[in-house]
Amino acid sequence: MTEKPAIPQESSQPTRLIGAEIVWATLAGEGVRDVFGYPGGAILPIYDALRKYPIRHVLVRHEQGAAHMADGYSRASGKVGVAIGTSGPGATNLVTGIATAMMDSVPLVCITGQISSKLLGTDAFQEVDITGITLPITKHNYVVTRAQDIASVLREAFLIARSGRPGPVLVDITKDAQQGTADFDFEAAAPHPHRPHPMLSAEHDAICEATQLILGAKRPIILAGHGILDSGAMDQVRTLAERLHIPVASTLLGISAFPASHELSLGMMGMHGEAWVNQAIQQSDLLIACGMRFDDRVTGVLASYAPNAKKIHIEIDPSEVNKNVKVDIALIGDLREILETILPQIAPRKDATWIRAVNALKGDAAVRDIKNLPDLGHLYAAHVIHDLWRATEGRAIVVTDVGQHQMWEAQYYKHDSPRTLITSGGLGTMGFALPAAIGAKIACPDKEVWVIAGDGGFQMTSSELSTVMQEKLNINIAVINNGFLGMVRQWQEFMYEGNYSCSPILSPDFVKLADAHGIAGATVRKRADVLPAVEAARGSDKPFLINFMVEKEDAVYPMIAPGSALDEMIRRPSNGHNPLLETTEEP
Amino acid sequence: MLHTFVALVEDKPGVLTRVASLFRRLNINIISLTVGHSERSDVSRMTIVAEAVPGSGHRIKASLFKLENVLDVDDIGQLSCVTRELALIKVAATPLTRGPIFQLAEIFRARIVDLAPESLMLEITGGASKIEGLIQVLNEGENQILEISRTGRMVMRRGQHTSRVLDAMRLTSPEEEPVIPITASDEASLEVFSGDPNHPL
Repeated sequence: MTEKPAIPQESSQPTRLIGAEIVWATLAGEGVRDVFGYPGGAILPIYDALRKYPIRHVLVRHEQGAAHMADGYSRASGKVGVAIGTSGPGATNLVTGIATAMMDSVPLVCITGQISSKLLGTDAFQEVDITGITLPITKHNYVVTRAQDIASVLREAFLIARSGRPGPVLVDITKDAQQGTADFDFEAAAPHPHRPHPMLSAEHDAICEATQLILGAKRPIILAGHGILDSGAMDQVRTLAERLHIPVASTLLGISAFPASHELSLGMMGMHGEAWVNQAIQQSDLLIACGMRFDDRVTGVLASYAPNAKKIHIEIDPSEVNKNVKVDIALIGDLREILETILPQIAPRKDATWIRAVNALKGDAAVRDIKNLPDLGHLYAAHVIHDLWRATEGRAIVVTDVGQHQMWEAQYYKHDSPRTLITSGGLGTMGFALPAAIGAKIACPDKEVWVIAGDGGFQMTSSELSTVMQEKLNINIAVINNGFLGMVRQWQEFMYEGNYSCSPILSPDFVKLADAHGIAGATVRKRADVLPAVEAARGSDKPFLINFMVEKEDAVYPMIAPGSALDEMIRRPSNGHNPLLETTEEP
Repeated sequence: MLHTFVALVEDKPGVLTRVASLFRRLNINIISLTVGHSERSDVSRMTIVAEAVPGSGHRIKASLFKLENVLDVDDIGQLSCVTRELALIKVAATPLTRGPIFQLAEIFRARIVDLAPESLMLEITGGASKIEGLIQVLNEGENQILEISRTGRMVMRRGQHTSRVLDAMRLTSPEEEPVIPITASDEASLEVFSGDPNHPL
């Protein structure tokens, strides 16, 4: 077979290609440089054609890793991530990663091989109805059975993945479509203009009304969500906050959309948000929700959520409006465009009464803050993360797993620049961190990337250590090792009378595990050893794993127990290591 | 309460599953769902009647719009519209016992569409209450109902109202557009919207 042109031609001259080549040519045309995948029988034609195209393929150790890598790649760069798997188990292994991306609105295009169209529905070897399986966890999906449809379907998939509220799209391509030939013309395969959403209408009246509410509010708060990053509205939100001295509370996924070191930044809200954030929300008279969806982890019990506040919801997805929290004004559309319409009508104002009141709320909490507690020989995860933040000057991309360490990261690592915290918020997928970090490092090779994972979650996908080495990636890994599935243990402590059913977990020696992969590592047991180990990791140009043996039964505070109001928090006991239940009173 | 939606959807494989799956995901029971051709060869029309709490109409409509194959959705609510359903009812009846059924058919403006020695078949069109009325009186009578098949509700709004989307489609297609069966490769020709995509029609 002769070499075929690798990159789509400028001219509209169609080229005769096989379907597998059309896949790569279309990806290249869409600007894809890196993909994550795993070959197999039904996708072999696509892997065979790869060598002709200037696209880096990262071989994963499990397809779940491919989806998470594409996800991390997308969250770090803002581009569409691409994951590839074969039919049957290759496709089903992608499912957890696709659902993770769906819940967090991350644009992915997942390509799966499928058995030949003539055999569809016959239970052929490695046949699975992956479009049926992924129907509720994709924004859209396709089965392609003819080579001539591949380019237009893939281009439409990219458009759907990144437009509106982003999300994953799956394209299932039968083997005969990969092997068949068709004319390829990248330009001619352009998708028709995406249907505008007839319900997208931030009307003039509503915008005026919202502006009046914002100008009239005495105790406003901006709720900063993931939509700020997706819309690129970081500057607009900051301008709005600064003009009227509006404090900004972040959702978990909104962290990094507003600089944490900014004087108006409150930090994370919700179940494990700092006390002052949730107290401020409860006292507020206006919530300006920017690209967030009032998740149950954010609101606490709905009946008592921000009872005195009017609510303005700026959101691109109309189905999120009034879903959990009834709002007074919904502005449906692109956040940046809407804020740009509002901002010219907002003149700067110098009333700092409210921000002073909010800052006063911080005073009490700081006493309980674990990082201000004396070092009694205990190594706390919060210490580790706080030190890691200082050592990296808050500039690293931190990719977390799910659980206690994830909440401590959100509390103690101060993110100042956008897209520097990558975490699975909606689905809460354990095992996310390592593969997502691989994707983030490939998207941003010049950035320092840290994995923070618990001992439980890390074991779910630790096979990707091998991928780290094969791809020669300089990723640093902090395992927060407490010998428990920590968040499960914490809930069992608080809500199941300390019955630690199946939450103690045995781990291998993570340093030896790293060593088996050719990765250097160290175990840290004392606070004094944290910074030297972190500096050793940073100083090396190779991956490095630190196994932090932390306090076994520490808990994340504050905590809003399920079914409680936002200001009914379980607070950290002030002596630090003797957890007692405590509830704050309304100040 | 009952919510009624009219959805215009692309006529492609799997679209019905996507719509039905959405209701399943929202844990909403579908009372009836009818699908058929619309005035355009590439667009199907669904009437969906679902039991859901009051006030959930907006979210169901918005969620339907999130499906890529859905072109337009109308939440009928309390709007003035014509609602029709068709039912076929097979009743056990011998030549001796047919008489009363013929009378009932006349009262209900049903038609006898099949007559056999042991049974007959009625066809009735109308609102749900009319059909249920006929079924009730048949049940109260001597003759046993053998089978009932109902189409589920179809709805069309009264007056000038027409889908904005289909209006737009008419504008974009030439008057003498030849009727060609749509195949997957013709997707690009399915131009739902023309002109400025930022300007909702």
